[in-house]
Amino acid sequence: MLQRLQRYFSVEHLGRPVATAVPMLWLLLFFLVPFLIVLKISFSEVLMAMPPYAPMIEWTHERMLAIKLHLANYHFLFTDALYLDSFLYSIKVAAVSTFICLLVGYPMALAIARAEPARRSLLLMLIILPFWTSFLLRIYAWIGLLKDDGLINGLLLSLHLIHAPIQMANTSFAVYIGIVYSYLPFMILPLYANLEKHDSTLLEAAADLGAAPWKAFVRITFPLSVPGVVAGAMLVFIPAVGEYVIPTLLGSANQLMIGRVLSDEFFENRDWPVASAVAIVILIVLMGPILIFQRYRSHELGAGA
Amino acid sequence: MTASSQSYLQLESVSKRFGDFVAVNNVSLTVERGEIFCLLGASGCGKTTLLRLLAGFEAPSSGRLLIDGQDLALIPPYRRPVNMMFQSYALFPHMSVERNVAFGLEQERLSRSEITRRVGEILDIVKMGPYLKRKPHQLSGGQRQRVALARALAKRPKLLLLDEPLGALDRKLREHTQFELINIQQQLGVTFVVVTHDQEEAMTLATRIGVMDHGEIVQVGTPRQIYEFPQTRFVADFIGSVNLFEGRLVEDEPDFVRVQCPELPATVLIDHGISAPPNAPVWVAVRPEKIALSSVAQQHTDNWAHGVIREIAYLGDWSVFLVRLESGREVRATVANNSRKPEEQFVRDASVYLSWEASSPVVGSV
Repeated sequence: MLQRLQRYFSVEHLGRPVATAVPMLWLLLFFLVPFLIVLKISFSEVLMAMPPYAPMIEWTHERMLAIKLHLANYHFLFTDALYLDSFLYSIKVAAVSTFICLLVGYPMALAIARAEPARRSLLLMLIILPFWTSFLLRIYAWIGLLKDDGLINGLLLSLHLIHAPIQMANTSFAVYIGIVYSYLPFMILPLYANLEKHDSTLLEAAADLGAAPWKAFVRITFPLSVPGVVAGAMLVFIPAVGEYVIPTLLGSANQLMIGRVLSDEFFENRDWPVASAVAIVILIVLMGPILIFQRYRSHELGAGA
Repeated sequence: MTASSQSYLQLESVSKRFGDFVAVNNVSLTVERGEIFCLLGASGCGKTTLLRLLAGFEAPSSGRLLIDGQDLALIPPYRRPVNMMFQSYALFPHMSVERNVAFGLEQERLSRSEITRRVGEILDIVKMGPYLKRKPHQLSGGQRQRVALARALAKRPKLLLLDEPLGALDRKLREHTQFELINIQQQLGVTFVVVTHDQEEAMTLATRIGVMDHGEIVQVGTPRQIYEFPQTRFVADFIGSVNLFEGRLVEDEPDFVRVQCPELPATVLIDHGISAPPNAPVWVAVRPEKIALSSVAQQHTDNWAHGVIREIAYLGDWSVFLVRLESGREVRATVANNSRKPEEQFVRDASVYLSWEASSPVVGSV
């Protein structure tokens, strides 16, 4: 009995619960608790007070505990076209950017994965290098490149290729450039991690069986890289939907992305409940792709080896 | 040379260099239609590179490769009438057995029904018919090996290259599969070129063996020729186990020679000639199974030795004796266990006489 107890509390036995408890606790404290707070605020009524919302749980005079679920915030999101428009616009921008990242990132990841091992780390380094400069600085640099009297327009004008500056800054075009530029590494790295593991003899086998190189890519390399594609696409798509800085600095004021709307509700309107409702809706919409991602990962792990 | 008298596969002074390293050095070789030709050698001897040259994954640095008189130089791997079975099998992990085997046929733009028919046919031959829908990771090693073989055979290649085809199988399965492979080869009439480091595998499978060393083919012959008449000391030593002695030629007649070896008490008499100058340094090789053990002294002047048994290994069908001669040299002798009772005079530390026939040793110039 004592032996059994000893074994139960031995280091090996405790190792696993302790190891999983740390990330669990982290997620509980820094994800679940804030999420519940936001969820609670989203069901509250806005107030001109500090904090700027009414409490959700209250003692009434008749000794009753009243829980008020104020659904108007959610209802409001569907009455004003601004929310739906910016939502759809955000999803479109994120989806198109993800697709462009895939088109640009896949050949790069493939080239790095097939480069000589000695050169791979250098090439990966070059992919990660931009992170060493502040993200904001890099976005400001794009303003310098894209604005009417910026570098690109200046060059085109001086070459007499154009007669008037092309409006590039404060357009959707600039937003796409900004997002693709910023998120490209998040597409390349998981793709590279996947492609690098591919067994090159599979391609030799495909060639041996009569498949030309492009055919081998379509039938072998790409299907095997789908988990990498999904991972990269999620890492780009999910944060891109809620992206705030890039559309604010590079986008037009007429078309807002949902991240901008969210921030305006919080800081301009001080309507925390509506802002929270927006946040919750974004989360629910993004749950879809996250679940797909999870299913793919577990599928891949299940089929492993 | 007319087309009909040509060998099916011809290698003409083929070399392959990787930087300074010569992987394949000036190899010339012919393989006839329907043969099972084994390239045998230690790892790093260039045998796999030679196979990859045939498959088209590497281009020769010099020399020519011809199949049926057609130069392969400008034909990319995906257009060669050659298929390969990879050492790792290289099955496509995301495709079922059926899809794997169909892959090559799909590249030929055959009709769906034709593909299904031929996939079924070849999977029946390798006895994998019931596993059509399985993925490679759901198969055992032996089953994967069969699928790999079926996939390589599905296109009905004229020449099949096999890279260590049985390397990943355990011993029992290996023996069984070796004979099956020969059956399939004869059934389909395909020419096989097999790469292996396992001499037993080469001996069982091959109609002819090419022994490779340091990128060169050192001897080509039937398994028996390679084993009984090795032309170089390397081949004698590499194939099977052998007792090698160095010595000098003391008598050189057209139909026999005598060799004096410092490690042996008597001269070695060999019943065939050798073209070497008198007193030339030579090597003599005697296979362990050709040495007879006796507890009494021999009457001969040649071909005997005396020593003490140091080790005995009982292997069931055979027993291996390690005998230390008076010169300190250890000699291996194997004796078939024809009787179930142990031979009582041959025990550890017993004194024994070794002898062999004049037809047994092989001699060669150093």
